[in-house]
Amino acid sequence: MSVAPTEIERPESAEETFAVPEPDVPWVTIVHNDPVNLMSYVAYVFQTYFGYPKDKAHRLMLDVHHKGRAIVSSGSREEMERDVQAMHGFGLWATLSQDRT
Amino acid sequence: MAGQFEAIPGGGAAVAFDEVEISILRTLTVQLLELIGPGDEPAQGEDPLASLFAEGPSEPPEDPALARLFPDAYGDDSDELKEFSAEFRRFTENDLRDRKRRDGMTLIRTLDELASAGEGGAVLKLTPEDCQHWLGALNDLRLTIGTGLEVTDEDESNELYRLPDTDPRKPMVLAYLWLGSLQESLVETQMP
Repeated sequence: MSVAPTEIERPESAEETFAVPEPDVPWVTIVHNDPVNLMSYVAYVFQTYFGYPKDKAHRLMLDVHHKGRAIVSSGSREEMERDVQAMHGFGLWATLSQDRT
Repeated sequence: MAGQFEAIPGGGAAVAFDEVEISILRTLTVQLLELIGPGDEPAQGEDPLASLFAEGPSEPPEDPALARLFPDAYGDDSDELKEFSAEFRRFTENDLRDRKRRDGMTLIRTLDELASAGEGGAVLKLTPEDCQHWLGALNDLRLTIGTGLEVTDEDESNELYRLPDTDPRKPMVLAYLWLGSLQESLVETQMP
């Protein structure tokens, strides 16, 4: 199984640059802790779906486990909807929201 | 000790099951598929394109296990977010149901091929693609059973794992733990 490059995954397309009716606040995908999902499986999903290196995937998984939630990706609303849908496909509990922090 | 998945050449995984294990897995998965519900294949005479554009539900499922399999994408903290969640659900839930159905169907298909291949149990060999479906199906099985058992985050110290043999929940707890160890060993073979 190959590992996709991490941050280069989502190049900004030209259309996105021109379509700016929304305020320029990024959206984030949040994965929430739940008592059923295996820690190894959650790390596996972060590695295979997002292409994160093992260390980063493991750290995010521990954040979910200990802090109850972790931001696992950020980008446009459409991109985050795609990520949330994928997380639900894997059986992880995920939501998206606008990052106002 | 029950069988564990082991990596095999080519990226797949293999595990030995006996007849009872095959039967339990199959039964639980059939129940899961019944819970998820049938697909939206067009009825006879109906326009096949209609189902392609059919919208999914906008309300979260009432069944707690289904609600866990199909959660709100925007949460439900405000009316605005509830509305976003409803819209997202309308456009994605049918696809999500399809995926979960495919995962479960793969599990049943591979078990049936195995069951018809030999008597009394055998070694199940999965392709890398089958492994992905199995991981999804095992996880969905654990989510639905775990929701039913009201598993909490206290894991090992939880009273669920020290039930007396007479407790009616005991068989499901054992199945839940067994599925967990199966999934754990399968994840290990598929780690990049």
